[in-house]
Amino acid sequence: MNDSSSPKKYLGQSVERIEDATLLRGAAPYTDDIPVPVGTLHAAILRSPHAHADILSIDVTAAEQRPGVHAVLTGRDIKALTEPFLIVLRVPLDQWSLAVDRVRFVGESVVVVIAEDRYLAEDALEYIDVKYRPIEAVIGTMDATKDGAPLVHEAAGTNVVSRRDFSYGEPEDAFAKADKIVELTIDYPRNSQTPLEGFVVVANYLPGDESYDILSNFQGPFTVHPVMSKALRCKGSQLRMRSPAYSGGGFGVKQAIFPYVVLMCVASRKVGRPVKWVEDRLEHLTAAIAAPNRVIEAKAAVMNDGKIIGLHFEQWDDYGAYLRPPMPGPLYRQHGIMTGAYDVPNMTIVNNLVMTNKTPSGMVRGFGGPQIYYSIERLVHTVAVELDMDHLEIIKKNLIPAGSFPYRAAAGALIDSGDYQQALEIAERDGKLEDLQERRDEMRAAGKLYGIGYAAVVEPAQSNMGYLSTINTVEERKKAGPKGGNVAIATVNIDPLGTVSVTADSLPQGQGHGTILSQIVADELGLTPQEIIVNMERDTQRDPWSIATGNYSSRFSSSTVVSAQKAAQRVRAKLARIAAQTLNVPAEEIDFVGGQVFAKGNPENTLRFSRVAGTTHWSPGELPTDMAPGVTETVTWSAPELEPPNDKDQINTSLTYGFVFDFCGLQVDRVTGEVRIDRYVTMHDSGEILNPLLADGQVYGAFAWGLGIALSEEFVYGGDGSFLSGTFADYLCPTAPEVPEPQILHMVSPSPFTPLGAKGIAEGNVMSTPVCIANAVADATGQRDLRLPLSPSKIMGLIDDDEPPAPTRAASEILVKSDAKGGRGVTGSGSARAPAAIQTVWDTLLDPVKLAAVIPGCHQLDLVGENNYTAEVSLGVGAVRGRFTADVRLADLDPPNSVVLSGGLHGPLGASSGMGKVTLTASGESTRIDYDYEVVVTGKVVAIGGRMLDGASRVLVEQFFRRLIAQIEGQNEAGNSAGSWLSRLLKILGVGR
Amino acid sequence: MSQPIENQKQQVNFTLNGREVGGSAEPRKLLSDFLRQEMALTGVHVSCEHGICGCCTVRIDGKAVRACLTLAVQVDGRRVDTVESLAHAGELSDLQKAFRKHHGLQCGYCTPGILMSVEAFLEISPKPNEEEIRDMLGGHICRCTGYTGMVRAIKEVVEQRNEPVPLIEV
Ligand code: FES
Ligand code: FES
Repeated sequence: MNDSSSPKKYLGQSVERIEDATLLRGAAPYTDDIPVPVGTLHAAILRSPHAHADILSIDVTAAEQRPGVHAVLTGRDIKALTEPFLIVLRVPLDQWSLAVDRVRFVGESVVVVIAEDRYLAEDALEYIDVKYRPIEAVIGTMDATKDGAPLVHEAAGTNVVSRRDFSYGEPEDAFAKADKIVELTIDYPRNSQTPLEGFVVVANYLPGDESYDILSNFQGPFTVHPVMSKALRCKGSQLRMRSPAYSGGGFGVKQAIFPYVVLMCVASRKVGRPVKWVEDRLEHLTAAIAAPNRVIEAKAAVMNDGKIIGLHFEQWDDYGAYLRPPMPGPLYRQHGIMTGAYDVPNMTIVNNLVMTNKTPSGMVRGFGGPQIYYSIERLVHTVAVELDMDHLEIIKKNLIPAGSFPYRAAAGALIDSGDYQQALEIAERDGKLEDLQERRDEMRAAGKLYGIGYAAVVEPAQSNMGYLSTINTVEERKKAGPKGGNVAIATVNIDPLGTVSVTADSLPQGQGHGTILSQIVADELGLTPQEIIVNMERDTQRDPWSIATGNYSSRFSSSTVVSAQKAAQRVRAKLARIAAQTLNVPAEEIDFVGGQVFAKGNPENTLRFSRVAGTTHWSPGELPTDMAPGVTETVTWSAPELEPPNDKDQINTSLTYGFVFDFCGLQVDRVTGEVRIDRYVTMHDSGEILNPLLADGQVYGAFAWGLGIALSEEFVYGGDGSFLSGTFADYLCPTAPEVPEPQILHMVSPSPFTPLGAKGIAEGNVMSTPVCIANAVADATGQRDLRLPLSPSKIMGLIDDDEPPAPTRAASEILVKSDAKGGRGVTGSGSARAPAAIQTVWDTLLDPVKLAAVIPGCHQLDLVGENNYTAEVSLGVGAVRGRFTADVRLADLDPPNSVVLSGGLHGPLGASSGMGKVTLTASGESTRIDYDYEVVVTGKVVAIGGRMLDGASRVLVEQFFRRLIAQIEGQNEAGNSAGSWLSRLLKILGVGR
Repeated sequence: MSQPIENQKQQVNFTLNGREVGGSAEPRKLLSDFLRQEMALTGVHVSCEHGICGCCTVRIDGKAVRACLTLAVQVDGRRVDTVESLAHAGELSDLQKAFRKHHGLQCGYCTPGILMSVEAFLEISPKPNEEEIRDMLGGHICRCTGYTGMVRAIKEVVEQRNEPVPLIEV
C-alpha cells in the first residue's frame, strides 16, 4: 500500500454519499421534523384573493373567539411593529410581511392567525371578514410599461422602476457596418423549480435580551439578514437564524422565506410563545416566488459569412408586486457574460425593471441564465435561418477561440478557462451527431416533423457579491463604496479522541456537499470519508460570519471547498509538527495515511492519528512553544478576481465559467402536438470534477428541470391577475416517463482562479436545455416565434397552418362561455350559427353516424335504445388523458327546434354527469344554435382544478360546433371531405390518434 | 381568550411497521399528519397534500397509498408500513443501498414515498422493464434527480432479486 503517492485518494472519485444512510431511512430531520419548544403555537395565513385591491376593513373579532386561537395579526400590527423591507433601489416600493392597506398580488399575506394547532388556525381563517375594493390590475409585463397603465406602486410614479443602458465596444459601428441585422423578441414565462419541501419557520421571541431565535429552512440566511433585522428594529446579533442540515430542496427558492421569518417573529412577540408556520403547496405555488418572466428584444449585427459582430438586448424583467432582496438579481447576475459563449466585442444592453400585480420574483436555479440564454441561443439559431446557413456552423464561427483564456468578455466577465472547439468535437463524435442528422433526414423523408437543436452556454459559478451594484451608476457606486468578492468559510475541528468534524458555509439542499467536504478532508488527513463528521447546520449567532454564506450561484465547488481544503491543510501542518517532534524528523517528512502518522521514509515508525490529535487537547505543555492548544482551524477565502464593477460598467460577475454544449433530436407529433425527445447529448467542459457521481447527478437534475421549463412548467395568470396554477396538477413538473436520460459527456479545463480547479456544474443545463429543445422544435416546425412552455396545445397552434385552409365560414360564428363552479363542476352556454337550414342541422344532430364524426375524440357511437347512445371517446384535460365511455340520452324532442341531452362519462380517470339543452332557430339561410349545459365531475379529474376543466370543456364544446358546422358544410360542398376536417380538428384538440 | 379544545377523538388501533399500536385521532386528521405528529414517523413526508407528488406514500395492507389522501381513522384494524420499516437490524435494504450506489436521491424528500411505491410495485410486478418502472415512478415527483439514478437503482434490484437461487448439489 502506497497511498502517500496518491494524495487524492477520494477527491475526484464517485464516493457514495455520507448523507444517504440517514436520508434513506427517513431519519433525516428536516425543519418540520425538528422538535419545537414546549408551548409552540401554529400559524395560518389568510391571503388575498385579488391581484390589486384596497383593503377597506378587516374584522377579526369572530376569528379571535374561535377555539384554540391565541392571536390574530393584521397589517396594522405589522406596520406598528416593523419597518418596511430594505430594497436595492431608492424607489418607494414599501412592503411589509403582511399587506398594509392594499394588496398587490393574489396570494399576498393579509392576516395571520396563531392557534393551538394548524387545523384550528385554518378553521379560524374562515371567520375573518376582509372587505376589499378591487382596483384594475396590471399583469402583462409590457402592458405595465404603457402610459396610463395601473400603477402597482403609486408612490413610485411608474411601473418601470429602474432603467439603465450599457454600451460595450463600438456597437453603433457594428450595427452600421453589418450585412444584416437579425431581430427576435422573446417572451420568457414564469416558472420555478418548486422544491418539494415548502418553507418552514419556527420563531421564538426571547424577552430577556429582546432577541429572536429562528429555526428555518432558509438556504442563505446571511445575505438577507440585515434586511430582516432592520425590519424587526433589532441589532443583527439579536436575530439568530438557524438552518438545519437537511433541506428538502432549495434551488434558490428558499431565499424567499424571509418575509415569513419577520412575520413569525412578530407573531411570537405578540403571543409570548414560539410560533411555527409550515407553508402548504398552494401557498408555495401561489405566493412563494417565481423566476422573473422577461421580455427581451434581441438583435444581432451579422456579416454574410455568419460572423456576429454586435449584439443588442433590451430586457424588461418582471418582478411582480414587490422587489424583494436580493432582487433584481436575475437581471444583473449574468451581466458580465451577456455575450454568452461567443467572441463578440460590441454590445448594448438596456435593462428595465418592471412591476406588475403578480407574485414577487425571486431566486431560482440559473438566476437569470435561462432567460438570457433562451434569447441568445434562439437569436443565433435565427441568424442561421436568416442566412440560410447551418446552425452549428454559425455557433462554431462565433465561439470564443481556444487559447484565448482567460478571456475578457465585452461586459466584463473574465472567463477563466476552456476549449470550446474541442468540446464541440468530442460532443459531435461521442454524441454521434451524424447519426442524428441521418435520422432527421429519414424521418423527414417519411413526412415526420423532426428537428435538431443546439445550445452553447457559458455556466457561471460563484457570484461576485458586487454584481448587483451594476444597477447603480458609476457615481452612485462611488458614493456607496466598492462591492465585490465572495468570502467562503470552513472549519475543521478535532476532538480529544481524534475524530474530525467539519462545518462550512454552504447550506446544501441535497447536493451532497457534506460528502465532498469529507472527501477533501479525508485526503488531507489520511482518513476515510466515513471517519469525518460533517455538520452543515448554520447559526448566525455562533458561526463565523460571511455575507456570502449560503447555497446559491453554485459557489460551493469553487469557494467553500477551497476554505475546507486550506483548513484541513492547516490542521495537517499542525499535527505534522507535533508528530515531527515525537518522531524526531522534520515536519515536511511527515505523512498521513490510513489513520497513521509517520515519517515518509520510515512507515514502520508510526503514531496513531488520534494520538497525535489528542496531544493538543491532553497535554498542551508538550506542544512546540509557539503552538496554540486544541485543533480547530477556520479559513476564510475570497478570490481576488472578483473585483467591483469598473468605471466602464464592466463586471466580472462570477469567478469561474464552465462551458456546456448540448444537442438533441426530437420529433413533433403532427397529431397530438407532443414533443418526443429522441436523444439528448450534453457536453460539459467543466473544471475539475470533485465527485463524478454527484456532478452527473446535478446535470441530470438540471436537465430535468430544463425539460420542464421547455415543455410544461408555467405559472399562469388570468387577465385579471387570478392565479391559475395552484396545484401540481396545474403546474406540471416532469415525471419519470417524460424525462429521457441524457447522454452526459465531460472534459476538464481546470480553473486557474480557484485552488482545486473546480467550477460549478449544477446550473448549466437549466440554461442550455430549454433553448436546445426550443431550437429543435423550431427546426422541426420551421417556426420562429416560440413561447415556452411548448405544450401540445401551443405546438398545435404552430403547426396546424400547414393544413389546407379552412373553408370560409362567414355564415357561422361560435360563441362559447363557460364557468368553473368551484373546480367540481362546469356550466356553460353559448351559441353558434350553422350555414344550413334548420332541418339539415337537426338531421345532422340526430344521425348517429354524422354525430359520431362530430363528437370530439369519438371512436365509436352506438344506438342502444330509442334516443339513447353509448360512445367510446378519448378526451384529454391537461396532462391527463384517457378513454371514457359516454352515455347520452336525448329527451324532450321538439323537432326541429329543441332537444335536451343528458348523460355522463366514466373512465379510469373519473366520471362526470350533466345535462344540456340545444335550441335551433332558423335565421335566414342559416340556423342559430343556442345551448347551455351543466356538468359535474368527480374522480381524479377533479384534482386538476377548475381552470382546466373549464378550459377543456370550452374547447370541447367549441370543437363540437366547429365540427358540426364543418360536417354541414361538407354536405353542402362536395369534395371537401370530412376526413381532413376530422384530422385537423383532432389535431387542434390534441385528442385521438 | 384561548380555551382548551374538546376534540372528539377516535381510537385507532393498527399494525405499524410490524408492531401493534394505538392512538387517537380526530376524524379529520390526515394519516400523514397522524403518522408524523402522533407516531413520530417523520420519514413520511408531505409536499402537496393533494395526491400528486407521492412524497407521503405508505403501504396500507401492502398497497401503496397516499397518506395525505387518507384519514387516520381509516387505518383502524389495518397494517401500515412506512419507510422506517425498510432497514433491517440496522442494515439498509437492497433497494436503499442501490439508491445510494446510483445516486437515486439528492435532497431525499421524495425518497421515502418512492421507496414504498417501488416495494409495493415489485411485489405485484417482480420483473418490470424500464418502461414499466418509469411508468410506476410517474406517480411521484422528484425535483432534484431527473430520475436517472433511481431508475438504475430499481433495475439493479430487479436483476438481483430475480437471480436464480444457486442449486445446492447433494
Ligand atoms: S403529499 Fe401526498 S401526494 Fe403529495
Ligand atoms: S431527491 Fe429531492 S425531490 Fe427527489
